[in-house]
Amino acid sequence: MASVALTHLDPASRAAARGWSDLTIRNMFIIPTLVFLIVFNIFPLIYSLGYSFTNFAANRSEPWQFVGLQNYRELLTDDHIWSNFVITAKYVIVSVAGQMIVGFGLALLLNRSFPMKGLITTLLLLPMMMSAAVVGLFWQLLYSPSWGPINYVFGLGDFAWLSNPDSALYAVAITDIWMWSPFVMLLSLAGLSAVPQHLYEAAAIDRASWWYTFTRITLPLVSPILLIALIFRTMEAFKTFDIAYTMTTQPTAELIAIRLYKQAFQQWDTGKSCALAYIVLIMVLAITNLYVKYLNKVKER
Amino acid sequence: MRKIVTSVIAGIGLALACGTSVRAQDKELTIFWAEWDPANYLQELVNDYTAETGVKVTVQTTPWPDFQTKAFTEFNAHGDAYDMVVGDSQWLGAGSTQGHYVDLTDFFNQHKLTDVMAPATIKYYAEYPGGSGKYWAIPLEGDAIGWSYRKDWFEDPKEKEAFKAKYGYDLDIPKTYAQLRDIAEFFHRPDQKRYGVAIYTDNSYDAMAMGVESAIFSYGGDLGDYATYKVDGITNSKEAIAGLDMYKELYKFTPPGWGKTFFVEDNQAITGGLAAMSMNFFAFFPPLVNKATNPYADVTGFFANPAGPDGKRFAALGGQGISVVSYSKNKDEAMKFLEWFIKDETQKKWAELGGYTCSQAVLKSEAFQNATPYNKAFYDTMFMVKDFWATPEYAEVLDQLNQNIYPFVVGGKGTAQEALDKTASDWKATFTKYNRYK
Repeated sequence: MASVALTHLDPASRAAARGWSDLTIRNMFIIPTLVFLIVFNIFPLIYSLGYSFTNFAANRSEPWQFVGLQNYRELLTDDHIWSNFVITAKYVIVSVAGQMIVGFGLALLLNRSFPMKGLITTLLLLPMMMSAAVVGLFWQLLYSPSWGPINYVFGLGDFAWLSNPDSALYAVAITDIWMWSPFVMLLSLAGLSAVPQHLYEAAAIDRASWWYTFTRITLPLVSPILLIALIFRTMEAFKTFDIAYTMTTQPTAELIAIRLYKQAFQQWDTGKSCALAYIVLIMVLAITNLYVKYLNKVKER
Repeated sequence: MRKIVTSVIAGIGLALACGTSVRAQDKELTIFWAEWDPANYLQELVNDYTAETGVKVTVQTTPWPDFQTKAFTEFNAHGDAYDMVVGDSQWLGAGSTQGHYVDLTDFFNQHKLTDVMAPATIKYYAEYPGGSGKYWAIPLEGDAIGWSYRKDWFEDPKEKEAFKAKYGYDLDIPKTYAQLRDIAEFFHRPDQKRYGVAIYTDNSYDAMAMGVESAIFSYGGDLGDYATYKVDGITNSKEAIAGLDMYKELYKFTPPGWGKTFFVEDNQAITGGLAAMSMNFFAFFPPLVNKATNPYADVTGFFANPAGPDGKRFAALGGQGISVVSYSKNKDEAMKFLEWFIKDETQKKWAELGGYTCSQAVLKSEAFQNATPYNKAFYDTMFMVKDFWATPEYAEVLDQLNQNIYPFVVGGKGTAQEALDKTASDWKATFTKYNRYK
């Protein structure tokens, strides 16, 4: 009889009637999340930090030894690693700048009414829905000097994009731009649609030029969201692995994530690879913090 | 009541009988190998073992690029997913010293396998350290670098005439690397979408290293002294430098964009009618004689790696031995399987299916050498093979070689001398780090 009566109550009241307080319900959701986070994120993070100070190798049965900062010292004085960082920095700059320009440009084009706008927007979003490894293999074919359409369209003859040490990195960056510009476009579109229309109307009444409207109204109001896109894409570009790994084996395109993979899973230098992962993490955090500081300044304006 | 009791007892008896029978059939062995034709042949072969013994044997495969990572991840976890592994020859050091492989020395001696298997296969697929008499694998799939070529291009009278006029000797299967280079240059006609030669250039694992090794060894060079770990003056000897220079020279005559190529692309160079000659491991040649996969099957020929300037002739070793994984729960069953595998009739069947047996008797037989258009070249090659370092830190050493030779060969950066000097210096540092110098 009591259970029948309970069904007429709203969920919160039903829970209260059963003796579940708000705190109990909250804990039911938060505790599993916390446990999951600790077991799968925090614990491995601390554990791997510990490994980074040892000579632990996952493929050796002998016990590991504490080596202090030796792994960090060796990595930071290794020319190969620095070369990987320089390659990664170049890649991040080219790839993220390209995505910001192409993505924001597309958003400006789409921020108006025209036939089949919805369909075109959806089609433009498709690249970022695909698996990065598939995109890498797909673009490897597009770049093929023998049968790829890119050289044919641009009249580049036998130019070997991915075998050429000077172009391999840029070829990978172009692929990344193709894949992730839609993400920037999506965020930019959200920002652009939030700009109050009356500002544009006022500018039109004042006969302000397109450039003036863009630099004084559009860009300042959209810049916080553009900075968020920039943060996300920089972090992602810094740890790019799959696209580059599937497309080329050129050492000039060996990003730090690929070096980390080789160190950890081909050479089984576990301790050192943990140290390298922490160096990468610190670098990403430092760059992100710089962005966040700038973002806060922009918001304060 | 008696009927009920009798029925219950009979039921229990029947259930037990079925259970026992199921357990007998439950015996199962898993062999881990890379995904390629020989693994399919092996599965076909081991089905006979299942028919004879009732023990189900599964050959589990994974694509080549994941093979090493997947195998060692399982080893490092001391996992028992695989009872046996057909591991690469360079894994021997890591597999044996790190406790992943079962010591097969007694088995080897008991069955006198040193007299049964081809010497090179014992040296490179089974024994570690070299010359120690300790064995960790049974040679299973012999393999080495060989070459396929377009017989119709080579035998065309007009081409022969033009070649003779240009180079002053007859166009034929190259006997030396210098001739191979001339032929590659002769047939390299990008305007006709015809190219001279296809070689390995992928540096993500051992493809390019194996291709380069073949040239270095034939030029009289070596990668180092595998017993003392001495590298200075060996890795960067003038012979090794000349071999690397020749490999770089050959790269000039490859199809465009030939910068990340391994066995798939090198076979495609022949099946697609792209190149006059193509390097590949013998185990990848079966599709080239199959009309369904190669429209030029009738006009595709094969030859063994040519000699260097001093007539020395070697080839990089591929192939694998089969090892019992020390974490397997079916080690005894695995040993019984190996006893069956080394039998003469099993080895004969293995060769008939397309596997590259390492049994001397089968290799030497007329039947084997005439079974395919490339078996004779394979037989010749298996007596002139050399391998890469099998030291436990081989992956680090391989990566260093790739890092140094790839920019030179594919990127055109620096010189062969610089690439091998750097390799010698990197290897010395690595071997010092692992206390290899006593």
